[in-house]
Order: sequence, then structure tokens, then C-alpha cells
Amino acid sequence: MQSTSIDITSKKALRKMKIDEIKKHKHLYIMMAPYALLFFTFTVIPVFMSLGISFTYFNLLEPPRFIGLENYMKLLLSDDEFIIAIKNTLILAVITGPVSYLMAFVFAWLINELKPKMRAFMTLIFYAPSISGNAYLMWLIIFSGDVHGYANSFLIRFGFIDNPVLWLKDPDYILLVIIIVQLWLSLGVSFLSFIAGLQGVDKTLFEAGAIDGIRNRWQELWYITLPSMKPQLLFGAVMQITTSLAIAEVSMQLVGFPSVQYAGHTIVTHLIDYGSTRFDLGYASAIATVLFLIMMGANLIVRSFLRKLGD
Amino acid sequence: MKKIKIKKSRKLNRSLGGDIFLMALLLVFGVFSAYPLIMTASNAFKPLDELFRFPPTLLPRNLTFDNFRDLSELMENSWVPFTRYFFNTIFITLMGTVGHVIIASMAAYPLAKYKFPGKTIFFSLVVYSLMFSPHVTATPNYIIISSIGLIDTHWAIILPAIASSLGLYLMKQFMTQIPDDLIESAKIDGASEYRIFWQIVMPLVKPAWLTLVILLFQRLWTTDGGSFIFSEELKPVSYALRQIAQGSIERAGTIAAVAFVMMIVPVTFFMLSQSRIVETFSHSGMK
Repeated sequence: MQSTSIDITSKKALRKMKIDEIKKHKHLYIMMAPYALLFFTFTVIPVFMSLGISFTYFNLLEPPRFIGLENYMKLLLSDDEFIIAIKNTLILAVITGPVSYLMAFVFAWLINELKPKMRAFMTLIFYAPSISGNAYLMWLIIFSGDVHGYANSFLIRFGFIDNPVLWLKDPDYILLVIIIVQLWLSLGVSFLSFIAGLQGVDKTLFEAGAIDGIRNRWQELWYITLPSMKPQLLFGAVMQITTSLAIAEVSMQLVGFPSVQYAGHTIVTHLIDYGSTRFDLGYASAIATVLFLIMMGANLIVRSFLRKLGD
Repeated sequence: MKKIKIKKSRKLNRSLGGDIFLMALLLVFGVFSAYPLIMTASNAFKPLDELFRFPPTLLPRNLTFDNFRDLSELMENSWVPFTRYFFNTIFITLMGTVGHVIIASMAAYPLAKYKFPGKTIFFSLVVYSLMFSPHVTATPNYIIISSIGLIDTHWAIILPAIASSLGLYLMKQFMTQIPDDLIESAKIDGASEYRIFWQIVMPLVKPAWLTLVILLFQRLWTTDGGSFIFSEELKPVSYALRQIAQGSIERAGTIAAVAFVMMIVPVTFFMLSQSRIVETFSHSGMK
């Protein structure tokens, strides 16, 4: 009995301490308030709203009507386009995710060996595609299906093919085109993060390593550089995973929306189809929730794997 | 001048063969990366017949500014004055980037330098939000924005952009490296928290401002208003340019000019502020 009353008083005291602490830091909360308000309104609350709406039929005109798991049943059991979308999304993510991550690291690592001016120039060359607005539409001309498309004319001239390939219309090539363009666009913030991380590696470690028997650049990379860059590598992984699972713009602009035989259809284009074209917001929210779970799942699994690595 | 020949010793742990192989790799992918951008730029300065010449020329043979002249003529004949579209884009981009830098920095400072109840959970929410793309929240965002009456205003684009979590994350990481002594000694001198933030912290994190600006700039500069803005006189320039681009084949030159204009602004900005932006990313690491 006595112990519980002590518990209660100590709980009270604790709560008072907490309130005092909040009061003491009042100005900090005030400073954070504008951001927090916007962040909750446009990011945190929408995640829960999306979950809620996914159990309803909602078309913006009538109030939402609760229909339980119907959207999910339809989505996972009878929506053939969604199955294609999942398949394409996973293929794109499994290829562009790791490859772009590797490219970002390898190029950052190679650029790091260059002299400062050359380093700045090459950084610009690799980073520019990701900030160039709609410049990726140049790939429409490169992969144009007639003989004047740059890719076709090049391949015909050197005898690889006899007839022009319909890169953007042939289901056999659509994913390949999306992968190439997506990789071209993919050296973004993680690339910059790796460049900065490499410049921050303690140079004396290399000399110490040489004394300890490190003989070539590969050993140096494995035993010194990679372990010292772990925080940047984790950050880069999050960025690349999220991007690689969200491919949509490139597909819609290059191979069309919808693409031939849905060959370029992804979870996000499926979401846009139901959300913005058909105004079936309940169903779109179910797609969004599945997408959310896939993205979070992939990120958390890869993160815990990378964290363990080298420990 | 007498030249002294010194046998140049190779850098530590580097072999000539490896150097050549890796630099060749860098060169090949450098060309892959640069080629579409060079073509975008060069097509903007080609006369129409050269645009369709085959094989495509890497640099224009007869350099011309006709495409830009055609573009500005089309702009003058547009129903809504073109300056209006430009104003819309500039307003969205300016309010969005300035708002983002100020509001995200204000939130980043307490997260970077203080311990207080709720800090850990708030920051983990920010980190988790990096793990999914904005598509996930697009539908509820539309509902929220329409219910607070922001549909068909520029704020429908600006406000969600200000709350971008990547900017806050990078700013917070960058602020962590400001020495505590600096803040402590200002406090001893009697400066208020707000003054410390504006007069000591903000000037020190200028490199991070530029980073936040470039990340948001590219997003806002190319926005077409999406489903949020439908009044013609409120549409941004990239929407209007796309309408122009949807013309017939003789518009090919104009389209190239448009792509060039949209590309060159963010790329130039990055070129000028590159070293500071890279500096910001040295603190981007995650645990």
C-alpha cells in the first residue's frame, strides 16, 4: 500500500518536473511550432488519413462510406493491373536501387581522387541530370522509334540491328528504357552525401593502414574508407530505396500513361490513375497504404542490415 | 629555367593499371551523363533544318537564336500575358524556398542543440518520413488543402513544400557541428534564444541554406500546378511552356529552347554554390 502511494507521489513529482521542463523550454517549442504544424498537417496526419480512407468508398462528392476491407480484397485478389504494377515496381526497384547506390558510391569514390577543379566539374556532370527539370525528355528523341531516333540510328549504322526498335512502345523494351533513364537521373543527394563523406575521411588512416599492410586501393576501400563512411552510406541507402520504389514520372512521360500492355505501370502510376483520374479515393488510399508499407519495410530491413554490417 | 626531373612516385596504394581502368570507367559514364544535357543545350541553338539533320550534330553548325525569338513571340501572343506565368512561378519558388529555409532552420536549431521532452520522437518522425515518397500522402493532402480553402491558390503548392523533411534533416545535422561554447558564451552575454538563433546560428549555417534552396528550387521551379491550380492566370510558367511544346512539328525548336531555359537555371545555381552544398552533405550521415 505504502509503495503505491509513493509511486503516485513520485509520478506526480515526475509529471511536474516534466511540465516545468516544458515551461523552461517554451521558446524552443515556439521556434519549432510553424514547422511542426505544417509537417503534421501535410505528412504525419495524411499517413493516418490515408489508412482511414482506405476502408471506405470515397469519391469526393459524397461523404465516405465504410466498406471494411473491400478495397484491399479487390486490390490484392482481383486487380490484374495492380499485380503487374507490383511486379514492375519490384523489378525496377531491385535493379535501379542497388545499381544507382553503387554508381553513386563508385563515381563519388573515383571523383574524390581527382584534383579539386576536375572534381567540381565531374560532380556537376553527374549531379546535373537530377536537377535539370524536364531535360530527361531528351531521352524521347534518343529512344524515338523511327530511324531518326539516336539509339536506333546508332545501332543500325554499326550493324547491331536491321530495323528500328520501337523502344517506347514495345513491351519487351519499356522497362529497359525506364531503367536506363532512371539510372541517369539517380545521382542525387546520396551522391553528394558520398562525395562529402569521402572528403571527410581522416587521411592519416591511410598512412597508418599502409604501415599495417594495406597494399592496394581495394583493401584501402574495404578496411578504411567504407567503415568511416557508414553514416553517409545509411543516409544514401534511404534516399535511393525511397526513390527507386517511387518511379512514376519517367514512366508516364516516356512510355505513356497507360503504357502499352501496362509494361511501364508501377504502384505509383496505379495510385495516380485511381486518385487523380478515376477519383476513387478509397481505393487510391488502399494503394497508398500498401506502397507505404513496402517503402517503410524495405527501408527498415536494409537499414538494420547495414547497421549490423562491420560491427 | 632549369627543369629538375624528379621521378614522380605514385600515390600511396595506387597502381597505374588501376588508375587507367577507373578513369576510363569515369569517362564512359561521364559521357552517358552529359550527352543528353549537351544535346538539350545544343538543340536550343540549332535552326529547324539542323534539328532534323541526320546524324545529329553535337554542336550547332549554324548557331541561331531563332528558337528563343519564336518562343518569345509565342509568349507575346498568349491569352494570359506571359509575364503573369513568370510572376506565378517566381512567387511560388521564392515564397517556398525562403519560407522553407527560415521555418526549417527555426525547427532544426532546437533539435540540434537542446534536450527537451518530445525531441527524440519528433526527430524520428522526420527521419521516418524520409522513408516514403510524397505520393503516399497525395490523396489526403488534396483533401486537407481543399478543406482549408487553399485549392486554386499558390499556397497549395508552397505550404507542403515548406514542410519538406529532407531540408529539416540536413539543416539539423549541419547545425549539430556548431560549437556549444559559442552559444553558451552568447547566453552569458545575455542574448536571448531568438537573438542567438538569428545573429549567431543562422549566419554560420549559410552553406546549408544553399542546399535547402537547391533542393526545393528544382521542385518548385518546374511545378506545373498539378491538380491544385486551375485558374489560367494563376498557372506557373512550366505549365504554359508545356502548352507551347504540345504544338506541331515546327515547334521542335521552341521545345528545345524551353527545355534549355528550364534546365539552365538550377544547373547554374548549383555550379555557383557547389562547394558549399557539398560541405553541407558532410554532415548528412544517419545512425
